[in-house]
Amino acid sequence: MDDTALANLLADDLDAAFEVLVRAHVDRCHAIALRVLGSHHDAEEVAQDALVRAYRALGAYPPERIRELRLRPWLATIVVNLCRNRRRRTIPPSTPLAALVEAGAEPRAAAAGSPDATAQRHDARHRLGALLAALPERYRVPVVLRHVDDLSYTELALVLGRPEGTLKAQVHRGLAMLRAAAQAEGLEELIA
Amino acid sequence: MNERLALTSLATPAPAHLADDILVEVGLADRMAPLETAIGTLWVAWNGCGVAAVDLAEDGPAAAVRHTATCGRRTLVADVLPAALARPIRRRLAGDRSARIPLDLRGHTDFELAVWAKALEIPFGEVRPYGWIAAEIGRPKAVRAVGTALGHNPVPLVVPCHRVVRTDGTIGQYSLGGPGNKRAILVAEGLDPDGLESAARRGERLIGSDTTRIVCWPTCRHARRVSGAHRVPFRSLRDAQTRGYRACRVCRPSAVELAA
Repeated sequence: MDDTALANLLADDLDAAFEVLVRAHVDRCHAIALRVLGSHHDAEEVAQDALVRAYRALGAYPPERIRELRLRPWLATIVVNLCRNRRRRTIPPSTPLAALVEAGAEPRAAAAGSPDATAQRHDARHRLGALLAALPERYRVPVVLRHVDDLSYTELALVLGRPEGTLKAQVHRGLAMLRAAAQAEGLEELIA
Repeated sequence: MNERLALTSLATPAPAHLADDILVEVGLADRMAPLETAIGTLWVAWNGCGVAAVDLAEDGPAAAVRHTATCGRRTLVADVLPAALARPIRRRLAGDRSARIPLDLRGHTDFELAVWAKALEIPFGEVRPYGWIAAEIGRPKAVRAVGTALGHNPVPLVVPCHRVVRTDGTIGQYSLGGPGNKRAILVAEGLDPDGLESAARRGERLIGSDTTRIVCWPTCRHARRVSGAHRVPFRSLRDAQTRGYRACRVCRPSAVELAA
């Protein structure tokens, strides 16, 4: 079901349609929060809080307003705002990226014998996630929305309230920083 | 763009329980978990709005099916009742009326809510007749409807409908496992149901004190304090008032119509 049809269902009967919204969007809400915050525990709390707030907001909106909602960027906005509040309350958990790059972190030696491809992929994803979480917030949030969540730049502009040109530059710069960090980490197989 | 491919791999799925957690939190689905009590295993259903049901059952899945049939929401069986609910429920069952238990009573009528709220005022170890609730909520003729509302109480024990007895003084029906269970719960609260019923049969519906000239429901803590020599039983409030007694301000005996 596309989001326009879903918005119409929500406008007609919120309680009946809300489960469809949850099942369609919970993974991406969680993924945005996880990659912005870098913590599984925080990501679960933020994703749950975001969808609970979405339910309460929808309950207060008149049906015409629900029909006009662009659900993907609207939910991303709630998640990003909750992540921002949480960051403000807590000390950033990750190593500053610049320090990591300068330290020239030792690339991991390839495992001896026949490597378990799944474990290796999982490990690479874990390290890539850590690098992303260490990116300065100004770059990290647009990179996550554009490349993890696959929002368009028009949608990014709605979520972050910045001009598209600025966002393109921030994503470009963020990817360049990630690439440099990945090379330092020996992750060229994922980011070349 | 290689970067894009790699970053897409970070869009990992949420934990499987998260969608259900959200639906429970907003009150579109319920969880149900066991709580061991003196009278058996209580299955407690709850969601983000509060406790929605209490059922006496050995079997969780069966209780969940019953709950879903009653409320229309999906019910997920859980292993453990959250401490934030288990703690106040245990305190309430032990007689602590100050224990705060959030309740989800959506979909019930204002009349039912008024009846249940009034039942909550009856202290541990005391009983009141249906007619008292009807009089207190300003619907003195709605005695039968009060009985029906108590029978529909989705949270027995938490809302102590077992402390409401028939207007003729007999113990009456109970939704949670029948009248036998109601007697057992009242005994556990220190009451003597057989004694109450035989006193009612003798026409002792109210108890007065000839020193204070105050008349109470028999289980009111003030009536139970009156020593044998000063206890004066009455058939009705009118009977007591014609003898110069006034109604206790704590238990507020009402002029309920008593069947013969």
